[in-house]
Amino acid sequence: MSTGIPVQYFLVLATIMFFTGIYGFLTRRNLITMLMSVELILNAVNINFLAFNRYLYPHKLEGMFFSLFIIAVAASEAAVAIAIVINIYRRFATINVEDVNEMKH
Amino acid sequence: MINFSYTIWIPLLPFFMFIFLGLAGHKYFPKLSGILGTCGLAIITVLSYITAYKYFFTTEKVDGAFQKITAFNTTWLQFTDKLHIDLGVLLDPISVMMLVVITTVSLMVHIYSLGYMKGEKGFERFFAFLSLFSFSMLGLVLATNIFQMYIFWELVGVSSFLLIGFYYQKPSAVRASKKAFIVTRFADLGFLIGILILSFNTKTFDFISLTDPSGTAITQGSGIGFLGLSIMTWSMIFVFMGGVGKSAMFPFHIWLPDAMEGPTPVSALIHAATMVVAGVYLVARMFPIYALAAPVALNIVAYVGAFSSIFAAIIACTQTDIKRVLAYSTMSQIGYMMLALGVSGYGGHEGLGYMASMFHLFTHAMFKALLFLGAGAIIHAVHSNHMTEMGGLRKYLPITHITFLIACLTIAGIPPLSGFFSKDEILAAALHHNKLLFAVEYAVAGLTAFYMFRLYFSVFWGKETAYHHTPHEAPATMTIPLIILAIGSVLTGFIPFNQLVTSDGRAFESELELMVAIPSVLIGLLGIGIAYILYKKESAIPDKLAATFKYSYKWAYNKFYMDEVYLFVTKKIIFKLISEPVAWFDRNVVDATMNAIASVTQGVSFRIRGFQSGQLQKYGFVFITGAIMLAILFIYLWK
Repeated sequence: MSTGIPVQYFLVLATIMFFTGIYGFLTRRNLITMLMSVELILNAVNINFLAFNRYLYPHKLEGMFFSLFIIAVAASEAAVAIAIVINIYRRFATINVEDVNEMKH
Repeated sequence: MINFSYTIWIPLLPFFMFIFLGLAGHKYFPKLSGILGTCGLAIITVLSYITAYKYFFTTEKVDGAFQKITAFNTTWLQFTDKLHIDLGVLLDPISVMMLVVITTVSLMVHIYSLGYMKGEKGFERFFAFLSLFSFSMLGLVLATNIFQMYIFWELVGVSSFLLIGFYYQKPSAVRASKKAFIVTRFADLGFLIGILILSFNTKTFDFISLTDPSGTAITQGSGIGFLGLSIMTWSMIFVFMGGVGKSAMFPFHIWLPDAMEGPTPVSALIHAATMVVAGVYLVARMFPIYALAAPVALNIVAYVGAFSSIFAAIIACTQTDIKRVLAYSTMSQIGYMMLALGVSGYGGHEGLGYMASMFHLFTHAMFKALLFLGAGAIIHAVHSNHMTEMGGLRKYLPITHITFLIACLTIAGIPPLSGFFSKDEILAAALHHNKLLFAVEYAVAGLTAFYMFRLYFSVFWGKETAYHHTPHEAPATMTIPLIILAIGSVLTGFIPFNQLVTSDGRAFESELELMVAIPSVLIGLLGIGIAYILYKKESAIPDKLAATFKYSYKWAYNKFYMDEVYLFVTKKIIFKLISEPVAWFDRNVVDATMNAIASVTQGVSFRIRGFQSGQLQKYGFVFITGAIMLAILFIYLWK
């Protein structure tokens, strides 16, 4: 049990991960990298869930369930996103997100 | 109790014939469809005669009166337990009589059309429409309730519209059909309002309970008042408005002369013998209410009828189109029937006018169909509608000549032809009721004889006209109906209507009143005599007379400018003063509001569409910024 580690540590870690993810999502032009950034964001949320579950309600498991659930959803989301990326590559011969702007006005 | 349930097939057979001919006729048997339609009609004619025989002679009377028999009834639309619309077959003296009239005339017209319409484009369409009309008309007279009657009333209007516009490539026919439909439709609005008022106050549509002299409609209906008249009177006036439209009474008569654009057999069937008497039938059907609960409405019926009859008779004296003369004559004769109903009382000898009206309806159907079919034979031979282009036709068309003469004598009221008896009953009823109306009708009787014999003499005698090719007698399919109807016109006067068709179903005694009969024959002979002098040989007197009474002649020739009055009212008053401001309001206020909303939306979207850049990361940035701002809002400002 991580009794020695205060909860703030987890929160700081999660915040850093979250904003790293946001930063990556907004600045990287490569779709694969953007996908990885999204995974970072999701995992930051997971850490928060686990930390609060452990410190606030140690005898309950809802936070754990949520994390597992998010991991499962993230996995399927990654599968779908990769499929989309492959299709985009076939269509535009690039995965640079700035070149994929067919949906504008 | 005799079983009458087979009577449902009388309207249904023409209906199926209509669907069959309409769907398959054009493709598979265009030549045969006339024969098929005629056979269908022949079957129901026989059925109707059987029904009439069984109803009048073998059904037991209760308390000396013919009973109203509901031969068939089914709930068609069930709205609530109390409010439902039925479809069914009601047999009583007038509906059985109408069955005979409609099927007889319709059969004659079918046979006649086999010859008249031969080789026309749309031959099978014509017979399909005739079947539709027969179906609707039979459904109308057999209706068990007023709503069913209204439905079939409209169906009759539609089939009339379709048949007037049969030559749909002719602009005048299209105009005439539209005019007929719109004018009658407008009048039917009154009918509908009347039905709604009536059934709202009596809680029933059913004829048997509506017209029961001891029922709620009659005993309690006269209580509630509005503008000095009882509510029942109002509803009856509105119902009568529908009858005015359909029966071409003043002021809704303007469609009837134009309706002559249709093929002549159609004019004979719809616009002379059957459909136009629907208004008379309607008043007769509701007669106990008129007589017992709404005497004011009944008076209106009488005066509208009297005015229409003299109005139309005067116009008929000046027209030169042979079919238009007959159209105005029809209007005049229907005016007679309306008047007879209007002066009638309920029950026993008081109901003389009712009986006379139905009697005249019956005889009129025969001789007017005969006149129209004869006119059709003349037009067929001469290829013109105008009396000025005819003359001396008696040598070329012997059968048509004799039958036409019989019909003219009948309508002029010369004994012992049928018109004499029915007209005499009407005059007698009018005399007992109101001297003024009697005087009007007496004058109309003279005018009728005059204009019919004006027509007769100028077509069959008069000047010898040079024809492009010698006119020839019509084929047998056309002359046989003429002969049958001529026999009908001669003999139907001897039917004892006072034993069969009376206001309360009970027989009463009525004898020929010599005080009425002799003067009416004399004035008829006078009219014939004047026509003989003026038109037997070519003479200059008619033109001179027309020149002397120039203005009144011109007025009558132009139908008293009724069409122009209608045009003035619709175009100058309704269109200019109501429709155009309303249209302006619609375009400039209602539409403009909508357009303003649309253009504002468009303008705003045009400005903000730059946001839609297609750049995924811009969207992401906006989204995340928004989320962060919302988070800040919730954390710091949400207390």
